[in-house]
Amino acid sequence: MSRNTNLSYFWKGCRNSVPFIFVAGPFGMLFGVLGSEGGLSLTQVMTFSFTVFAGAAQFTALQLMREEAPTVIVLASALAVNLRVAMYSASLTPYLGAAPLWQRALAAYFTVDQSYALSIVQFEQGPEMTLQERVAYFFGTSALIAPLWYGMTLTGALLGSTIPDSWALDFALPLAFLAMIGPMLRTPAHVVAALVSVITVLLAGGIPYNLGLLVAGVAGMMAGAWTERYLERRVAEA
Amino acid sequence: MTYSGTPIDTMTIWIVIIGMAVGSFVLRFVFIGFVGRRTMPEWLLRHLRYTAVAMLPALVAPLVIWPSLTAGQPDVPRLSAAAVTLAVAMIWKNVVLAIFCGAATLYGLLYLLGGGV
Repeated sequence: MSRNTNLSYFWKGCRNSVPFIFVAGPFGMLFGVLGSEGGLSLTQVMTFSFTVFAGAAQFTALQLMREEAPTVIVLASALAVNLRVAMYSASLTPYLGAAPLWQRALAAYFTVDQSYALSIVQFEQGPEMTLQERVAYFFGTSALIAPLWYGMTLTGALLGSTIPDSWALDFALPLAFLAMIGPMLRTPAHVVAALVSVITVLLAGGIPYNLGLLVAGVAGMMAGAWTERYLERRVAEA
Repeated sequence: MTYSGTPIDTMTIWIVIIGMAVGSFVLRFVFIGFVGRRTMPEWLLRHLRYTAVAMLPALVAPLVIWPSLTAGQPDVPRLSAAAVTLAVAMIWKNVVLAIFCGAATLYGLLYLLGGGV
């Protein structure tokens, strides 16, 4: 019985991840294209996507390497862009933290924007789910997307410079992220968090080493948390 | 896509790949692995609820306003495509529809305005 419901949650995760095919596919391909054009070998591009498995951070690292930034700064900036996955990891901990260590280690590897966004919505809406059902759902959200990410990176690396600029692939990343942000703006607190982070990052353009992103993220989180408390108190007083 | 410049040093590439592979895993493992089933304080959870909605817009905003392929100049097709994508995503809460509408806006305007690079 529980095996069956675990499996059905795994498939549910797979099904819910289908729209992200149109996100992960173009991203993976774009990374392959830009990587091979930047002078990375096929092995390097594939090792990058397979071991790091974090689109935005990979693009950041690639961009900075092309700009001949010092290696330490390349690493620090790319990992800073990836700091949000530490926050995703923390946010998932109340739901997955009781799983065996090997499952948590595997879950850590698969913690990306897409698996996090889908899972947190599912877990919040389904408080009756068991631990194993949550684990099954979480891995389901990556079962299609991860192989697609590797495969499309390979495709992009092989195609390389044959893709013309007129395809405007540079804008795939912003459009995909904007499409993910829209549904997240479900409460006034979420809207305030997003607005404060955008304003902060634009004002913080002068902060070196990509630290503006981190500062903006923290400012947005504080603004969201503060707004949530403020609104709760007003409701309590009314 | 065209790119000019000196090729990146092989050693640098491998150091970056290995450093990022280790660093990214540690970042992801730190809470779920080490905190485990211990409960976290309410104030921390309250802040963490806004992680995605704070980090992703901050990542996107500079890319929309100063896109790299136009040498950092804001351009009408990209700004319009971004606005359409966000609006569709907010109204219909459909990721694929939003990307599709955004891409249609981008290609349509690039074609009409002759702004294709």
